[in-house]
Amino acid sequence: MKFAHLIWGNLKRKKLRTALTLLTILVAFVLFGLLCAIKQGLIGGVELAGADRLIVRHKVSIIQLLPVSYKARMEKIPGVAGVAHQTWFGGVYQDPKNFFMQCPVVPEEFMAIFPEFLLPPAQMKAWLHTRTGAIVGRKTAERLKFKVGDKVPILSPIWGRRTWEFDIVGIFDGQKKGTDTTAMFFRYDYFDEVRNSLNWGKGLVGWYTIRVKNPAEASEVAKRVDGEFENSPAETKTEPEGAFIQGWANQIGNITLIVAAILAAVFFTILLVTGSTMSQAVRERIGELGVLKAIGFTNGQLLALVLAESCLLTVVGGGLGLAAAWLFASHGDPTGGLLPLFHLPTVDLLIGAGISIALGVITGVLPAVQAMRLRVADALRRM
Amino acid sequence: MSENQANGGPLVRLDGVEKVFHRGTEEIRVLSELHLEVAEGEFLALMGPSGSGKSTLLNLIGGLDHPTKGTVTIAGERIDRMSDRALSGWRARHIGFVFQLYNLMPTLSAERNVELPLLLTHLGKAERRQHVATALAMVGLAHRAKYFPRTLSGGEQQRVGIARGIVTDPTLLLCDEPTGDLDRKAGDEVLNLLQALNREQGKTIIMVTHDPHASARASRTVHLDKGQLGDEPAK
Ligand SMILES: Nc1ncnc2c1ncn2[C@@H]1O[C@H](COP(=O)(O)OP(=O)(O)OP(=O)(O)O)[C@@H](O)[C@H]1O
Ligand SMILES: [Mg+2]
Repeated sequence: MKFAHLIWGNLKRKKLRTALTLLTILVAFVLFGLLCAIKQGLIGGVELAGADRLIVRHKVSIIQLLPVSYKARMEKIPGVAGVAHQTWFGGVYQDPKNFFMQCPVVPEEFMAIFPEFLLPPAQMKAWLHTRTGAIVGRKTAERLKFKVGDKVPILSPIWGRRTWEFDIVGIFDGQKKGTDTTAMFFRYDYFDEVRNSLNWGKGLVGWYTIRVKNPAEASEVAKRVDGEFENSPAETKTEPEGAFIQGWANQIGNITLIVAAILAAVFFTILLVTGSTMSQAVRERIGELGVLKAIGFTNGQLLALVLAESCLLTVVGGGLGLAAAWLFASHGDPTGGLLPLFHLPTVDLLIGAGISIALGVITGVLPAVQAMRLRVADALRRM
Repeated sequence: MSENQANGGPLVRLDGVEKVFHRGTEEIRVLSELHLEVAEGEFLALMGPSGSGKSTLLNLIGGLDHPTKGTVTIAGERIDRMSDRALSGWRARHIGFVFQLYNLMPTLSAERNVELPLLLTHLGKAERRQHVATALAMVGLAHRAKYFPRTLSGGEQQRVGIARGIVTDPTLLLCDEPTGDLDRKAGDEVLNLLQALNREQGKTIIMVTHDPHASARASRTVHLDKGQLGDEPAK
């Protein structure tokens, strides 16, 4: 560390250049952080998906509905431990910006299959007693200031183009850190009654979630389910919950690939910017490096000095960028509900830190080797 | 060095040294069959026309380059076949360099510049500071310790360069045209300093110079011409 002032002095030499390079790196890492958070928001649910859960949807597409009568048939299929259905309600509370998912469900069945939603027993009881009762996730409750006892009007453009009134009877929490607590669930019997009176979508539900007895048999069970409904008017497609969420996100495109492509472009640019800064920095002080060598600095020490300089640049720039991205992401979903799982995972922070070090080494290594190879006599000639 | 003193040999000894550079297919024979001995405590001036190979010779003595042929022995140690890595360490221990263009780090203060060679030793911070203060006092620049090179005059910069050259108390001080870029007055100050280092501290100094005024301060002058050394300037 007794060489620290040497490195520091070199960075201070061209303050503007150092500052601009730092800024470029910083911006790149903010971008990296935000893209990771967006990716997490889109496909983060895949990791949290239950290994013992299958999603059954209409073979043609997720927006086609399935008969509610399928439930009884599924329950008879060997390996199935439980079945619950959900239906996309797509309602709007006051303003489309207040987006959150609402689904009609059958409370006991639903809660049995999704143990990650934690609801106090008293509130569960209240839900079972209240036909118009709804439970809402902690995140959305906090965002929209819903309390138990509130009456919440929700306009549904799909189901009757009318306003539905719900009574908030409970607020659920997530069992794990990443559990999505943005949705609202209300009673299917209430939903069914109203829509029957509207003569719209009678006897149909959106998709089913099946719990299998043995996760190892999940794909067997999936085949059995699809076999059961083969050649019926509504054929099904059954897949593990994780794959389902992935497919859902993939409607936007192959997220991981897009993110990787953008980041590759960004980091390639950074590589060029930092690389040219460093080689310029070395070129303009060939003479000084020659003096250090004459004094007795070894090739290894010069290599280390130059590498330390480039790494300091990328690690400081990268660190600040990641910190900024993390700070932004820690405020949660910036889209107001579209990306409920938006956050910057620790893994990505670590990957970012790794990339910043790698960038420093890669951009520093050529100039460093150049400095190392320097013949002192030649270098001094060039002063 | 002490062993060397014991058997009375010269501090610097070059035997049959040849140096050939290659520029493309062209061979440039700069030094050939060159012999030189410098005793401990000498102040040797090395003169010669431009391009005669003075810097090349100084670089060989300072372990910055290898001779094509011949041996270079400094303080009893053969350095002509040492590896680059070994030479780095050897230079740090034995050689102080003073260059024509001062060659100070512009980003470091005078004292930090003088400290540089000490960073390669095992000295602690306090010891380094003490050595730096002594060296700066020796060149009369204690009051300029915190100044940056650009705020110093040419003569002062060169004296900082000399302080850096002597701070490790090297076996040998090598100066390549130390007054080449200075006016007469500043040059004289630098020469006074070198002379004092030689007379009072017993430093062995080899100085390349073009200037007869400078070589007059040395205890001995040799002339390099056509790859060979002589006592008189070539006609
Ligand atoms: N690395 C090298 N490659 C090729 N030729 C070189 C190299 N170094 C020195 N020379 C040549 O060797 C000769 C001697 O160079 P050197 O620098 O030793 O001369 P000098 O006596 O110090 O000259 P000056 O008084 O101008 O400093 C010159 O002709 C120079 O061009
Ligand atoms: Mg020269």
